[in-house]
Amino acid sequence: MAVFIVRRLLQSILVLFAVSIVVFFAVYTVGDPIELLVSPDVSQEQRDAIIARLGLDKPVWDQYLSFLWRALHGDLGTSFVHGIPAVTLILQRFPATLELVIVAMILTCIFGLTLGLIAGLYRDDWMGKSIMNTSILGFSLPNFWQGMVLILLFSVWLGWLPASGRGPTTTVLGIPLSIFTVDGWRHIALPAVNLAIANIALVLRMTASGVHEAQGQDYVRFARAKGVKPGRIVRRHILRNILIPVVTVIGMEFGTLIAYSTITETVFSWPGMGKLLIDSVYRLDRPVVVAYVMLVTMLFVIINLVVDILYAVLDPRVQLLEPGT
Amino acid sequence: MRRYFGFSAIAFSLACAFGGISHAETLRIGLASEPTAVDPHYHQTTPNEALISHIFEGLVKMSPDMELQPSLASKWEATDETTWTFYLDERAQFSNGEPFTAQDVIYSFCRILNNETAIGTGLTNVARRIQAIETPDDKTVHLKTAAPYPVLPNELARVPMIWSGIAEFDTLEFEQGGDCGVTSSWPTVNDFNQGDLVIGTGPYSLKQYDKGGTIILERNDNYWGDELPDWTEVRMVAAPSAGPRLTGLLAGDFDLIENPAARDLKRIEESNFSYEIKPSVRIMFFQLDVGRDESPFVKSPKGDNPLQNQKVRQAISMAIDRQAIIDRIMDGVAEPATQYLPQGMFGTIEDATVPEYNPEKAKELLAEAGYPDGFELTLSATNDRYINDAQLTQAVAQYLSRIGIKTNVDTMTSSVYFPKRAKREFSVSLGGWGSETGEASNYLQYWVTTTNPELGVGGSNYGGYSNPELDEIFIEATRTLDDEKRSELLQQAVQLALDDMAHIPLHFESGIWAFRPDITYEGRADQRTMATHAKLKKD
Repeated sequence: MAVFIVRRLLQSILVLFAVSIVVFFAVYTVGDPIELLVSPDVSQEQRDAIIARLGLDKPVWDQYLSFLWRALHGDLGTSFVHGIPAVTLILQRFPATLELVIVAMILTCIFGLTLGLIAGLYRDDWMGKSIMNTSILGFSLPNFWQGMVLILLFSVWLGWLPASGRGPTTTVLGIPLSIFTVDGWRHIALPAVNLAIANIALVLRMTASGVHEAQGQDYVRFARAKGVKPGRIVRRHILRNILIPVVTVIGMEFGTLIAYSTITETVFSWPGMGKLLIDSVYRLDRPVVVAYVMLVTMLFVIINLVVDILYAVLDPRVQLLEPGT
Repeated sequence: MRRYFGFSAIAFSLACAFGGISHAETLRIGLASEPTAVDPHYHQTTPNEALISHIFEGLVKMSPDMELQPSLASKWEATDETTWTFYLDERAQFSNGEPFTAQDVIYSFCRILNNETAIGTGLTNVARRIQAIETPDDKTVHLKTAAPYPVLPNELARVPMIWSGIAEFDTLEFEQGGDCGVTSSWPTVNDFNQGDLVIGTGPYSLKQYDKGGTIILERNDNYWGDELPDWTEVRMVAAPSAGPRLTGLLAGDFDLIENPAARDLKRIEESNFSYEIKPSVRIMFFQLDVGRDESPFVKSPKGDNPLQNQKVRQAISMAIDRQAIIDRIMDGVAEPATQYLPQGMFGTIEDATVPEYNPEKAKELLAEAGYPDGFELTLSATNDRYINDAQLTQAVAQYLSRIGIKTNVDTMTSSVYFPKRAKREFSVSLGGWGSETGEASNYLQYWVTTTNPELGVGGSNYGGYSNPELDEIFIEATRTLDDEKRSELLQQAVQLALDDMAHIPLHFESGIWAFRPDITYEGRADQRTMATHAKLKKD
């Protein structure tokens, strides 16, 4: 296990290196941030001073090498626009995104698995059919439109929930979180539901088809013949066997949501990282874009690792290291 | 997992029960873009300056119509050719109760000159032109310049004053390229963002600055000015997309939002909310490449650059129906431009009219200029920077096609557009500029005069336009202290620029604010959103 983890981490360094090259040069070729940053009423002399301070006067390979050198020392650069370290800027927004995504993923697990089980077990009933049919809506609705409809319904017409923003935060273990206040929950409800809907539909359908398939398998029939209670069959036999693909999807979706919940964050003005990324791309704030993509890459590497380890826990047949290697 | 859900369900129902409590004294503002810092000397952008001017003040200030008004200085005068004297208001004090003195003026200018982390600001230009600051007493300041500097008071309206108490020094003396006698380190943008240094003289003080979240200001009850604002607390949240910002207002999350889309005004009215439209000083214009014999996006039958011909440029201006563009594309929310600053402001031509729309005459002019069959042209523009920038460029292209100029349109995102424009890769480019000094020399200085880095003029003259006569009149104007004479010179220069038509003025953008029906709001021509301009209706 330890060897497996170390090897995966070494691989991830190579991945990070490759990603840094691609992102750095891609953002570089878009254009010169100076024109967006410095207003025309700034004198040439001052302009040159800023270009020199930001290191933009050097050739691109030189800029990349000095970026790499500083990155190895833990410094991913300072935001051109905000004047503070890019990592600090990203981490300031991270808790907002993280809590939103966690709430959305909890909703996904609860509703996705429960409804999926029901739909799979009662596939031919009206209940199973209606769940399956409604779920198609769930992932075919455009995220942006769906968010606007939620706002219209619950904020503008019914007036139950606020339309945008994040509630007041309390600091827990040094992390500002809004889920410990009532107002915080009022604010998080709509964006979390908006993020969760498509994922609920996805998990639901995967679970339903898995359950249906498993029901016809020999081990289930055998258990039933043996007289095992239906509830135990579902929990011990069916659920455990279908969870592997579901866990993979949930893991990947978790990463995707953290990195790219941009649309939901925009619609609900949620002060998370996604909004920061978009703003930074527009303003050619290269250090923030590069640092962001590097952090997200790292996140995916870690999530993949965790998912692999979870496989082994869920399914004793899976071995992380093949014998003989 | 199930237990967790139970908890959330309870929290959720509690949340619903407690909803609907609102505080009448809090003003919640939905901003279109987020300020990047609370450092008053960091970056001169409209969102930053709007936030900062709640907390900090300058020696003078601009009225909503861009007229100069007393602020920290109650009076000022040019005592000789190269000296401006400011008499500080006796009552002026900081939010911590400390009096505002001449020391603070010196420290503010010193900090601007020693501000390592700033993103080049016009502030440094102003501070660099000051040679010495003399302070005969605590409430009198002489600003000495090398050459006459008539627009200094206008420029000072954008120079926020900070408290000298945040620094250590024995004697504070203004100097160029030195440390002014300050022994402590100069504050950085991050030091200000932490909040402790944010001590100003303005009507509000900073309570919370949460990057990417809510900015909370509380009323400065020590405020020295005549009028305390109506709101004890102001909360600002950025909601950059117009749709969610508007729903935020309609749902009651915000009391006031800036820049709703003009097409939504009907909806705002139908929902019983109010709005305010204020013409701004931001001019939208096309800049023509007149400096080169060959221009990248011009294809002429003769192989030359027709844009160099004055008649062609006048024909282009004449082919555009400005009012129709405003009615159809801008939803009526813009003002047709007669020149580069709204009429009536300092140095503008008083009896100017909107350039005539006459496609027939435009065609004749083209023929006279030697292009009876027209030529080929591409208009370049942004598609995400100005209000309806791409659509208005397309409309202009159609007008030009009507008089026989085969016109293409190339629009792109601003991060691609602005670097390309600076490299002069366009033939006709869309520009937008707000003259924040509220007088005519500002536009001329950056866009029209011949590029000359030493004089600090013509920095954005991407079309390479050069008219020695205009340059001469302009330079003379910048050295003339006498208001009447300077205004006359500026009018002459503006007239020359309009005759040459190397910059085709289209319209002035208007600022829009939408708000709760029980408040009133006064818009500003510089498009800043100010809580102090929102008042509770009293009835």
